Amino acid sequence: MTSPTTEERPIRATGPADVLDIPALLVGRRVLLVVVVLVAVVFPFVFTNPATTSIAMFTLVYVGATSVWNMFSGLSGYVALGNAVFYGSGAYFLANMTTHLHLAGGVGIFFLVPVAGLFAGVVAVPVGWLALRTRRHTFVVITIAIFFIFQLLAYNLRSITGGSAGMSLPVPPWDAQTYNTYFYLAALVVAIVAVAIAWAWRRSSYGLSLLAIRDDEDRARGLGVKTTRVKLLTFVLTGFVTGMCGAIYAYYLGSIYPPFAFEAIFDVTVALMAFLGGLGTIVGPVVGALILEPLQQYFTLRFTSGGYSLIVFGVLFLVVIRFLPEGVVPSLATVLRKRLRVRAEARGVTR
Amino acid sequence: MGTELTRAIIGGILTGGVYALMAAGLTLIFGVMEIINIAQGIFVVLAAYLSYVLQVHFGIDPFLGLLITMPLMFGVGLLVEWSFIRRLKPQNRSALSILVTFAVAIVIEGILTQFFSADLKTLSAWYVDRSVHVLGFFLPYIYLFGFGLAVVLLTALYLFLYRSRTGRSIRASVQNRTGAELIGININRVSAITFGVGAAVTAAGGMVFGATNTFNPNSGYDLISRLLVIIVLGGLGSVGGALVAAVVALVIEDVTAVLWSPVWASTMFFAVLVVVLLVRPNGLFGRQEARAQ
Repeated sequence: MTSPTTEERPIRATGPADVLDIPALLVGRRVLLVVVVLVAVVFPFVFTNPATTSIAMFTLVYVGATSVWNMFSGLSGYVALGNAVFYGSGAYFLANMTTHLHLAGGVGIFFLVPVAGLFAGVVAVPVGWLALRTRRHTFVVITIAIFFIFQLLAYNLRSITGGSAGMSLPVPPWDAQTYNTYFYLAALVVAIVAVAIAWAWRRSSYGLSLLAIRDDEDRARGLGVKTTRVKLLTFVLTGFVTGMCGAIYAYYLGSIYPPFAFEAIFDVTVALMAFLGGLGTIVGPVVGALILEPLQQYFTLRFTSGGYSLIVFGVLFLVVIRFLPEGVVPSLATVLRKRLRVRAEARGVTR
Repeated sequence: MGTELTRAIIGGILTGGVYALMAAGLTLIFGVMEIINIAQGIFVVLAAYLSYVLQVHFGIDPFLGLLITMPLMFGVGLLVEWSFIRRLKPQNRSALSILVTFAVAIVIEGILTQFFSADLKTLSAWYVDRSVHVLGFFLPYIYLFGFGLAVVLLTALYLFLYRSRTGRSIRASVQNRTGAELIGININRVSAITFGVGAAVTAAGGMVFGATNTFNPNSGYDLISRLLVIIVLGGLGSVGGALVAAVVALVIEDVTAVLWSPVWASTMFFAVLVVVLLVRPNGLFGRQEARAQ
């Protein structure tokens, strides 16, 4: 049996081999991947409405951030609720670079996004070292505490962050029609990089080590897994990609303030998206972000009074947790697998 | 400066008592069920609104209103435990519980926003704006009353936990859930009662919070993060630890405001946790967190 978290394994047929054509399935998966990427690239040229492309851009930012959140928290079981620390660090670092280097807006700024990511990765070293001394619930709370410290620092260190007045970033000289497309494509690149990193990490020995840590950290350590190093490295990598997401977000907004850069909702949203899609899987966080972010934006537009959108949103969550506790992707996979097996058995009988 | 400092310390202790009242339920629930109740912050706000409604529409004094709000919140706690927490599968309960209670918090926030809008409210009574002159300090009555209430209720909670049969079952479940089940304790019942008691105690904390602060449906987030810091600082599951931690953290916050600058006060509140966890990874009075099963 395949466990729900290791969805990377090919589906094994229990019935006759010709019923579940495994090579065809694998090829199908690869074709599907190419199609998805192509659709994603073409999307802003087909749906040119700025409102649509804006939502799509935000969705991609969350695809990236959620994928790497899941890479650390989903695999290791350490639920981090403070990833906005890196999101905000990336955002502020980009704002500082463009301000101090007097850069004009344009495509060139996008090449600084990885630098902002690196800075966030550097920030993640002491944060991770500190937070990873604790486990489980204490870890959850300490990531929240560190998040609030960063948000308060952003308010208070006026010389670096501009305090509550915020900082502005250069405005790109693009016309309104194509404005979002640039950001969309940049976010797409970061999202693809994030998913690729998460995929590669999951398949590497690091991924296995993280899963071992999740199952039983002390035993993993006893078996020779360098737990501290593995956790910290993954955490820093998560910080790096999250920082890139934050940098693109800041550039898109054009100005950055402490509550936007270090946003408590961000912390929870990435976790919700990963849970919704399927914790510990590669596709799950992508699906979670694709469902949740447009939905969230739609609700805020649809119900102008904040109360209803919150109620609908919360109830939706409770329903999902109640009926799909493992997330959309693993639950659907289980259903699909059962279907296929039933069909295979039926054919086996009729033969 | 000297009197300023003393005032800050006294203020910190008094506010700390109120925070302990709000945090007691959170840490108790964690102790018994190993779940973090993210909805605790919105429970506080909900209780404040309940007191507000009783006061504005029925003219009932907030302290007297506790006779109504505490049982109501007990019911809310029971309902949340029964309808959501109990339904979670045991293998990923602790992670999913964060999500479920967060979703509950969102729903309650939405309902409150629908009824009361996002306008800031506060409870008013004669003791809210008046102060009493003690030993050269002006102390607002509400802080004194709030602290007194905290002492009374925390003592009652202590007596309940250590002198009653149900309390003994709760403590047994804190020590060893499986063991408690084996000797015939009905864990479901204990969990429900714990959630109810946790919410009921929070009702009192919420009332005092509502009288000493302005609040709106959004206030729950800042509260829950502070309460979480307090219970981890005190050691998860320890009610006494939460009391000490609340007082320590709030005194440090208030003293920072005097000695350094009010701007850095909240930062220090969170920094205390980071510093303490460097030295004691399980908080001030915490047990070693059990190995993941």
